[in-house]
Amino acid sequence: MNWTAFIVFLILFLFVTGIGFWAARWRHGDLSELHEWSLAGRQFGTFITWFLIGGDLYTAYTFIAVPALVFGAGAVGFFAVPYTILVFPIMFVVMPRFWAVAKAHNYMTPADFVRGRFDSRGLALAVAVTGILATMPYIALQLVGIQVVLEAMGLVGKTGILHDLPLILAFAILAAYTYTSGLRAPATVAVVKDTLIYITVIVAMIVIPMKLGGFGHIFQTANLALLHGPKPASILLSPKGYLAFATLAVGSAFALLLYPHAVTGVFASKGQNAIKRNAAFLPLYSIVLALIAIFGYMALAAHVHTTVPSLVVPLLFMKMFPSWFVGFAFAAIAIGALVPAAIMSIAASNLFTRNIYREYFAPNATTRDEARVAKLVSLVVKLGAILFIVALPLQFAINLQLLGGIWILQTMPSVMIGLYTRWFHRTALLLGWVAGMAVGTLMAIAEAFKSSVYPLQIGHLVLPGYAAVWAVLANLIVTVVFTAVFRASHVNAGTDHTVQHDYDDYEKSEVG
Amino acid sequence: MNDKESSAKKGYRWLFLIPFVAMLWVPFYASGTPVLGGFPFFYWYMLLWVVLTGILSLILYSLGA
Repeated sequence: MNWTAFIVFLILFLFVTGIGFWAARWRHGDLSELHEWSLAGRQFGTFITWFLIGGDLYTAYTFIAVPALVFGAGAVGFFAVPYTILVFPIMFVVMPRFWAVAKAHNYMTPADFVRGRFDSRGLALAVAVTGILATMPYIALQLVGIQVVLEAMGLVGKTGILHDLPLILAFAILAAYTYTSGLRAPATVAVVKDTLIYITVIVAMIVIPMKLGGFGHIFQTANLALLHGPKPASILLSPKGYLAFATLAVGSAFALLLYPHAVTGVFASKGQNAIKRNAAFLPLYSIVLALIAIFGYMALAAHVHTTVPSLVVPLLFMKMFPSWFVGFAFAAIAIGALVPAAIMSIAASNLFTRNIYREYFAPNATTRDEARVAKLVSLVVKLGAILFIVALPLQFAINLQLLGGIWILQTMPSVMIGLYTRWFHRTALLLGWVAGMAVGTLMAIAEAFKSSVYPLQIGHLVLPGYAAVWAVLANLIVTVVFTAVFRASHVNAGTDHTVQHDYDDYEKSEVG
Repeated sequence: MNDKESSAKKGYRWLFLIPFVAMLWVPFYASGTPVLGGFPFFYWYMLLWVVLTGILSLILYSLGA
């Protein structure tokens, strides 16, 4: 048990707990209204939005899993960098439009929009269920971020209930202040979280290369270690890996903005200019992510040995830093898990409340009823995440998270393309979704969940690429073909409840 | 700003295709040299594009795109 590290960790953890509860009183709003609880009244400016979306998209799991992948597989793990480069141009173009139509109709979820745009309960349900399914394992994996640092500090009992008690306690506290403060809690905690992360990464980037003989030496040593590793890899991609690298990057970039928690973060901002400015400033996090990925090479160069990939970063820190700073860095990771876990659970409970509960069970629910249900569901969602991690093998959550990325991209034709055109027929979109879900799932199963890269065979040509991209291509082909058929045979396409004006720019850019 | 001007300004957004080409044409940057500050080309090229894409977004924002 590392007491110094633990005490620093505990102080920081208690500090953000206080902030989380205090947040209920920050930027006063009636928290028994759903849009106040789950979107904090759509009032966040550029600054808070930056922390909120940054804290939302760059999760503890990312900070653990990306270096772990780099540690084991080398260059391919760096697809995370082009991925997070391409996210922001997409965000700049698409999200202000999404925000505008959501504001005009008080939409709170992507499924709300689909319901209004395509006049289809079935399609909206498909989008909502996809969102919930993709988010649940993601929340569960945030727990891994907390668990690995607790374990590294020696705070986790070997067996039984003691093993999971600290984790359950941490998550119970999170559940409590998310319940009382709603989105205001992760928004304020994110400011602390990101400050800790930036300090940790900056210190690590100065101290570790000094100890390991510079970046040049780190890359060389890591390359040698990868070459002689159990599965030989390299710090450079082989030509066979180019297509996989590119499709992973572009597929993940589009998928990220379709995740319910990303949409929640964007909808909570107060305007389109705040979103665009964030598209310009959020890449600061991408630099941090690239540096964090390099932790994987640093661990190789520092001769960290482990068969548990998620322990790579904690073990590296313990080898390189004094105890008190280990506690600081571990707090950064654990608190980094709390922010996205809170936003994801809010987003998932919004989907349930708006698109399942209200749609199918309580059509006359008031916004207050909705808020009450959403709060309760956010507790259930977290309980589910705990059970996921405690009762099931970790691999199960990892596999589902991999599937989640493939699945969420299948909502792209309805949600993202739907923002620009209503040419697609609602039933065709639903059939396309079914096709995409089936193709993507089967590809992941064919790879036994070992990889999300599927070697697509066309004649003699073998194309190894991200399964989500192949699946969404199948999805689009089916959607286009059936739209043509339904349009030709005049099948009722429903009524569009949105009008062109809803999508326009609300605010003129100040300089424009 | 009238609609015509507004849609002309939206046209600047096509410039965002540049980072897509720069990132998705992998053979162009998958090499180890030239090395910069110990970083193989593959790595510093990507880091450079993080910054360039951010700057591009700022420029487009200030142009009213």
